[in-house]
Amino acid sequence: MRDLFLIFLSAVLVNNFVLTYFLGICPFLGVSSSYEQAVGMGLAVTFVMSLASSICWIFYHLILVKFGLLILEYVVFILVIASLVQIVEMFIRKYSPSLYQSLGIYLPLITTNCAILGLVLFMVIRDYNFIQSVVFGFSSGLGFSLVLVMMAGIREELKFSDIPQILKGASITLITAGILALAFMGFSGLISS
Amino acid sequence: MKNVFKKGLWENHPIFKQLLGMCPTLAVTTSAINGLSMGLAIIFVLNFSSGIVSLIRKFIPPQVRIAVYTIIIATFVTLADLFLKAFFPSISKALGPYVPLIVVNCIILGRAEAFSSKNPPKLALLDSLGVSLGFLWGLVLLGSLRELLGAGTIFGIKVLGDFFEKWVVMVLPAGAFLVLGFLVGVINYIERKRR
Repeated sequence: MRDLFLIFLSAVLVNNFVLTYFLGICPFLGVSSSYEQAVGMGLAVTFVMSLASSICWIFYHLILVKFGLLILEYVVFILVIASLVQIVEMFIRKYSPSLYQSLGIYLPLITTNCAILGLVLFMVIRDYNFIQSVVFGFSSGLGFSLVLVMMAGIREELKFSDIPQILKGASITLITAGILALAFMGFSGLISS
Repeated sequence: MKNVFKKGLWENHPIFKQLLGMCPTLAVTTSAINGLSMGLAIIFVLNFSSGIVSLIRKFIPPQVRIAVYTIIIATFVTLADLFLKAFFPSISKALGPYVPLIVVNCIILGRAEAFSSKNPPKLALLDSLGVSLGFLWGLVLLGSLRELLGAGTIFGIKVLGDFFEKWVVMVLPAGAFLVLGFLVGVINYIERKRR
């Protein structure tokens, strides 16, 4: 139980995917301009991550390792993720067309969201067992959503502030992210590694 | 033709103008040498995959094109990864999971979708060469700046003397965002001066 809680805490706060591993930066910079989009995107990514970690674990341990096909590792992972995203996309289109509209191009792009493949790679490198992988996937998704929603809140405020002309746009967003990362460094004492 | 090559180097620079491929850009540029090796890996993967995509562009059914591109890219990434593991184990260790993560690098898929799937191999190669070289100088610049500020060295050679108080935060994740943010600002400034 203790190790599961540590994985959870580490993925959400201490080693946040966006702020310490730079995974999922594209949607982080792209979708974080409005609060509602950020919540929708966060939910979609959390869902895909929880599924991807469990399904890739099964593929990795029960097929790739068993039959000595490790050379196909990356190809298999990316195919699993791509088909998962496709399913989620169809699901959202059916049950929440408005969310589907507002996420637009970013929904299929979850496939190339490095956070998902990164999650699976970290899961393999750290040699997690099945339950640990599921917890890791879910909490990484939560951490991603947390930072995305925080960033969206900050960016809505930024619209009304006086920013130097040359720093407008991507530049100030990156600097804001940097300051956010500095703040999150404060959590690093929570877990002694 | 020359224009196709030059575009990626400055006008449509993948990092500073389009903000693509952010994950390796921010993650591995803790030192100049890491930036350089990631840049070289990208040159290998991007040029080979755009060459192949362009060669078989007429045979790929449009419905499954993204999946086909991804598999081609994943194949070359596997090659690059195994090569680094065999011959440069220390670099492979330093880059960690960021080498396999080239598979999902938007620059490579972006070039395949936007350019090499619509153009003959020669043009596609010129384009990918320009973009990957542009990416390389971006990574090396970012890596050198962070290494200089964070450790006082560039490529491991001491540049700043002992008087210099190291800004350790620059080699930590937060520093990556800050340095890149200000660099994009500087590039915006240069662009406005030129106009």
